[in-house]
Amino acid sequence: MKRVIAKLLLIAIVSTIPINAARAQRPVAPETLIRNATVITVTHGTLQNTDVLMRNGKIAAVGKNLNASPNARVIDGTGKYVMPGIIDCHSHSMLDTINEGTLAVTSMVRTEDVLNTTDVDLYRELAGGVTTLNLLHGSANPIGGLNTVVKIKYGRPASEFLFPGAMPGIKFALGENVKQSSRPNQPGVTRRYPNTRMGVEEVIRDAFTRARDYKRTWDEYREASKKDKNLIPPRRDLQLEPLVEILEGKRYVHAHCYIVSEILMLINLADEFGFKIKTFQHALEGYKVAKEIAAHGAGASIFADSWGYKIEAYDAIPYNAAIMTRAGVVVSMNSDSDERARRLNIEAAKAMHWGDLTEEQALKLVTFNPAIQLGIQERVGSIDVGKDADIAIWNGHPFSVYSRVDTTFVDGEVFFDREKDLARRSELAKERAALEQAEPNRPRSQGPSPQTPRRRPSGHEDDDIEIEKP
Amino acid sequence: MKILIAILICAYSVAAQQIGNPTTQDGVMPPRGTIAIRNAKIVTVSGPDIERGTIVIRDGKIEAVGANVSVPAGAQSIDGTGLSVYPGMIDAGTNMGLVEVPQGANGTVDLSEVGDLNPNAKAIIAVNPHSAHIAVTRVEGITNTLTAPTGGLISGQAALINLLGTAPKEMAVVPQVALVINYPRVAGGGGGFGGFQQQTASLTETLQANERQVDQIRKLLRDAEAYGRAQDAYAKDKSLPRPDRNVVLEPLIPYVRGEQPVIFRADREAEIRGALRFADEMKLKPIILGGNDASKVVNLLKEKNVPVILTGIFSLPPREDDTYDSLYENAAKLQQAGVRFCISTGDAGPEVRNLAQYAGMAAAFGLSKADAVKAVTLYPAQILNVADRLGSIEVGKMANLVVTDGDLLEIRTRIRYLLIDGRSVVLTSRHTELNDAFKNRK
Repeated sequence: MKRVIAKLLLIAIVSTIPINAARAQRPVAPETLIRNATVITVTHGTLQNTDVLMRNGKIAAVGKNLNASPNARVIDGTGKYVMPGIIDCHSHSMLDTINEGTLAVTSMVRTEDVLNTTDVDLYRELAGGVTTLNLLHGSANPIGGLNTVVKIKYGRPASEFLFPGAMPGIKFALGENVKQSSRPNQPGVTRRYPNTRMGVEEVIRDAFTRARDYKRTWDEYREASKKDKNLIPPRRDLQLEPLVEILEGKRYVHAHCYIVSEILMLINLADEFGFKIKTFQHALEGYKVAKEIAAHGAGASIFADSWGYKIEAYDAIPYNAAIMTRAGVVVSMNSDSDERARRLNIEAAKAMHWGDLTEEQALKLVTFNPAIQLGIQERVGSIDVGKDADIAIWNGHPFSVYSRVDTTFVDGEVFFDREKDLARRSELAKERAALEQAEPNRPRSQGPSPQTPRRRPSGHEDDDIEIEKP
Repeated sequence: MKILIAILICAYSVAAQQIGNPTTQDGVMPPRGTIAIRNAKIVTVSGPDIERGTIVIRDGKIEAVGANVSVPAGAQSIDGTGLSVYPGMIDAGTNMGLVEVPQGANGTVDLSEVGDLNPNAKAIIAVNPHSAHIAVTRVEGITNTLTAPTGGLISGQAALINLLGTAPKEMAVVPQVALVINYPRVAGGGGGFGGFQQQTASLTETLQANERQVDQIRKLLRDAEAYGRAQDAYAKDKSLPRPDRNVVLEPLIPYVRGEQPVIFRADREAEIRGALRFADEMKLKPIILGGNDASKVVNLLKEKNVPVILTGIFSLPPREDDTYDSLYENAAKLQQAGVRFCISTGDAGPEVRNLAQYAGMAAAFGLSKADAVKAVTLYPAQILNVADRLGSIEVGKMANLVVTDGDLLEIRTRIRYLLIDGRSVVLTSRHTELNDAFKNRK
């Protein structure tokens, strides 16, 4: 037995060596000084003619006439705007699959297991100044799978994407999607339970009732095993474990919802079981119950648009962010779309157009507020000394429709640079042409057509939004 | 008359405060009258900006524009100090009014007829003047949309409408402005059809299937030509056997004779080239709608003088190895190559209100700001052959005007006054009403 353990230990040690070696080889983020830019700190105003120094992946200093090491990269920020990296609190980018839609409760599945680091939409999001994503399970089930918070380290292994210290979370969903109302009845096929908003409540109540019993069983075991070391532990239940973490306040609930009744239902249910909803996702009718959401202490992560495409979205209004913010709800603007994720700056600015939020309030919708909602506000979401150097340089104010991103940094490293992107284009075009001419890639004149690998539809939203384009 | 004046005064006082119900909801169109917008910056679009000028509107038309225009006696006067006047924006690629709620409310969906060939499906018949999307859109400065049916190979006929009216007839600027054809996609079927088909057929079979679909369209258009000739011959010589009237072929006559434009939905290079070839063969007057790959076909588009209604600016680049900004900069590329184009949301209805941001994004990626404004005003008017009435601020044109507190395309800019067909429109919508109803709930 000892030998086996020793062997296992050896394997464990050996198998970690390459990873550690690879980590050791990776260059530390170079020191970078951005000079004389307009710095949008988000939390303490916008500073004119200001420098930002990034060192060891962190924001080392913010101020006037900063000094950097002799070998630091210096970027002239004159006329440019520096903004914290945008945080998208509802994304399905880089997920090879989104919904485990067979059961009503799928808290045992994890988005972390299906990360596709080569999803090109990640790069397109970096090009929109986005640095952090909340990767959520889809909305097929009242209780869905576990989420993953990532930094967009495009080109790196999945392990490097994981946001250190982010609060674990889970996706819940209510309303039309979970009751499968757009799915037609098929002869001989039994519909999945639940089929109504009443059933949705019951499914969640049942799951938490089981989770509470499960927790009690383990608590009793732990207590008893202090005295008796030979007790057999209870059988682990991977479905209920995350729900116990919710009851213990160790896991955030991100609940997809639209209308008043279901929002209030979940607040009441959570209050009864003694846990908190961290964010109501979408919450298109959140403005109607802003005070109840605020009283529960929940946040809301919403859209400016996406109204009217289904019945439960018909009362969505673009003033939602403003009304809820004024009621004291922590609000963020998310994408739920690989396309929209590239222009969340515009989505945030819309809350100034519709509802008169101040510039600072609107900026927070895509930076500091989503950071709070993911438990990472000590690390990102504003430009403060000591925070992670997740920053984008814009060629104009990010709330101007005419602005675009020049450079995006994650942990002080450049992951998007427009100049470099432009410089590589002719080279890539040549490479593409050469590949197309290569013998194995030429289209055949006869026989079966070449198989195109099936991709998840780009810009996919978990709500299966299917508005016909003219 | 006294009542009319009372309504008029009432309408203006409400407009100034931006509160109240849209008058169209009461079934009453806001009145036309004589209106003067004074001391505003006037972005004429067709000519130079007038830094401080006056516009006079009478009976729905622009009567005078200039720096030294005097306000006629009795005119309603709007103080434009610090404000800018633009022509209303036009979105030339929507389904406005044909669908209210696409998912879960099929009763509100009038987009696609059954079958592949429906030239007689006319959008103006089904457009819902009381759709919530209409007011939501116009309060953001969009005064006109092309609204098109979808589906099949020949979807039907699109209408160009004012976003104001209590009946379709009142809204119509051109009731039948263009025929809409989904140019068949290779390996995907035409238009909305076959999108989920497995790619199991051989390349040869796929191409043949595509050709068969093109043939279906070709045959119907040829029939329409023949039908038109037969009708003409009979009109001249009543001794000939009288040809039966045919409601499917009849509406196609102006299109097959090249008198009216045919809109081809085509995004990929193969389909754009196919549509251009087909239009040449059939002597049609084509417009490309979609145009994601149009920048790859610029030489041909320019040579044939075929305009493009770009709907994909906020779409993801279609191929993984496309540059990240390939669709953002599509408009600039067409502009540089001398291809006529305009910018559209391509949206069914709800998000047509974001049209300004589509144009703004094109300007962030190479299009000049002035051209970006033209791309949602004058250019769509020219492409749809209504530049004599819409698209710029010129004497004699329809008074579709937007008064803003800043740059038309900027997100934070507010619309302060809106005129459609010379009628001052109250700036309320379903959204402002819900906002008013709930914003102060304690």
